[in-house]
Amino acid sequence: MRFVLTTRYGQDADLFRHNGQRFWYALLAVLALAAPWFLTAFYIGELALVFIWAIAGIGLMLLVGYTGLVSLGHAAFLAIGAYSHTVFLSYGVPFLLSVPLAVLVAAFVGALVGIPALRMTGIYLAVATLAFERIVAYGVEHWDAVTGGLRGRRVPQPEFFDVPLIDDRVFYYVCLGVLAAGLLAAANLLRSATGRAFVAVRDSEISAESMGVNLARAKTTAFAVSAGFTGLAGALLAHKIGYLSPDAFTVQTSIQLLLLVVVGGLGSLHGVVFGALFVGFLPQAIALARDVLPGSVGQIPGLELGVFGAILVLFLIFEPLGIYGRWLKIRAWVEQFPLYRKATHKRQKSYLRTERVH
Amino acid sequence: MEVFQLLLSGISQGCVYGLIALGFVLIYKATEMVNFAQGELMMAGAFVAFTLVNLVGLPFLLGFVLTLLVMAAFGMALERGLLRPMIGEPPFAVLMLTIGLGFVLRAVAGAIWGNEPRALDVPFAGEVLAVGGVVLGYENLVAIAGTALLCLALWGFFRYSRIGVAMQAVSQNQLAAYYSGVPVKRVTSLVWGISAAISATAGILVAPIALIDPSMGLVGIKAFAAAIVGGFGSLPGAIVGGLIIGVAEQFVGLYLPPGLGEVSAFVILLAMLFARPQGIFASLQRKKV
Repeated sequence: MRFVLTTRYGQDADLFRHNGQRFWYALLAVLALAAPWFLTAFYIGELALVFIWAIAGIGLMLLVGYTGLVSLGHAAFLAIGAYSHTVFLSYGVPFLLSVPLAVLVAAFVGALVGIPALRMTGIYLAVATLAFERIVAYGVEHWDAVTGGLRGRRVPQPEFFDVPLIDDRVFYYVCLGVLAAGLLAAANLLRSATGRAFVAVRDSEISAESMGVNLARAKTTAFAVSAGFTGLAGALLAHKIGYLSPDAFTVQTSIQLLLLVVVGGLGSLHGVVFGALFVGFLPQAIALARDVLPGSVGQIPGLELGVFGAILVLFLIFEPLGIYGRWLKIRAWVEQFPLYRKATHKRQKSYLRTERVH
Repeated sequence: MEVFQLLLSGISQGCVYGLIALGFVLIYKATEMVNFAQGELMMAGAFVAFTLVNLVGLPFLLGFVLTLLVMAAFGMALERGLLRPMIGEPPFAVLMLTIGLGFVLRAVAGAIWGNEPRALDVPFAGEVLAVGGVVLGYENLVAIAGTALLCLALWGFFRYSRIGVAMQAVSQNQLAAYYSGVPVKRVTSLVWGISAAISATAGILVAPIALIDPSMGLVGIKAFAAAIVGGFGSLPGAIVGGLIIGVAEQFVGLYLPPGLGEVSAFVILLAMLFARPQGIFASLQRKKV
């Protein structure tokens, strides 16, 4: 256990608590920058996809993990980001302008969804976002002029200095850069008054309101920011998949995003990255397992989704804090090694917290 | 006459939505948990009936009753194994858990029964009743009659039986019910059992109209919309909501551009949430200071 003695006010505002953290994050950054030079093209591509998942995950984490609003329809914002980016590109808007525009479109729609969300809580909101997602999916299928309908739409691939964006290494660095910027932006947002208002709303709407938090503004902002991040991920995803069609954005995508934030660890930005690695590489692991398992088990249709569901159930029952929570526990065990007490992380017995009026 | 026929098929489809919605509402009222796997329980019920009737060869009624028992036991086992450890966790966690459970059930059903659509052998399949130029399919009539009977039975159960009254007590205030000697845990288990059995009934009633396959549980989302339209937490509301959505779907599907029928349930849901978030039969209010 490391205790940090606070001697300057700046320490409270610092992103890193001590030099040990600076060292490890710097090492991670060096590793991430060097990765394309010793990985095969396949894994570079997969890592880029993991980064895209993580960017979308930041969006959902801000909403679910920090503001406590559940969305079952984030695939819709992914789709809105991807399609609007593609449309802007095909009208000749340069890449560097088109991405922010796509983010703005997604954030605007997110704010629109956020306004009715003010009147709903919990399960109602989850279902309303699910309904919103289905309606957006209908729009994607039937608005031929913009989305190409069921036939889909090809994504223009821009070039920088004669290097195509979709080149493995270039795209990897673009995604890495966007993810790093996104994580930094989210971490800073969470240290600001707005971010603290989010957390207050999550923990108790009533006390947040009593403390002077403007509920309407906090929730709408949370939705807009969340949708913006997810739209950004959508714009990058469009380049990754190269050809947009309605079946790229389904309810299943929304659920995978939720799986990402739950398995990673609700309420932590570390969790986003852990969760993205998990969601990104799980299909590979299942594909590998298929070869090892006896034929009849490996050939089950829908095995992947079943495994996703089972993992979700197990995490929720046994480790509600996700991978990041487990990591914190392991670290605590190592740091206090011979003195670790089993009861440190024991969950307290809890009772039904009713939301009803009696 | 076309209108009448549409109305009838809408009502029979709506009855199925209503029954699944009833399952949602029962569990929600008793435990404040939302079971997103309700549609998958319906699918499992249909497959169990398929196994008993088509593969084992039991007579339809016997197979039907056995299915209800099997599914009730399954529902109780789910409550005991997965949901009871979640008491006191935030509602979101329970929601995610049941979504995951739905995926698992779908994969397991795909592994056992395969992904091809199957047809359940029912004694009344394909027969029609022609009244004054209107052709009524028996399967639609059976779905409507079955729903009506089940609702009547449930009403009697909650009104007159001891355990039904205990369930009402639990749904009103768990702690007070516990202090008055109601075995809350056992009652909760039983609610899950009943809810699973109702869903299984929905599955058997819908099987002759639509085929059975592992992804048929996805109508659960529409049933959920029905439950909210009716007012989450109101049993008659669930059936009324189901009927509204079932009928609206048929008419929108015929008179408006193709594909809109599929999303009409969600449009109605969103409109309802804008206009009257507490649903038609409001019975729950938000906690205020």
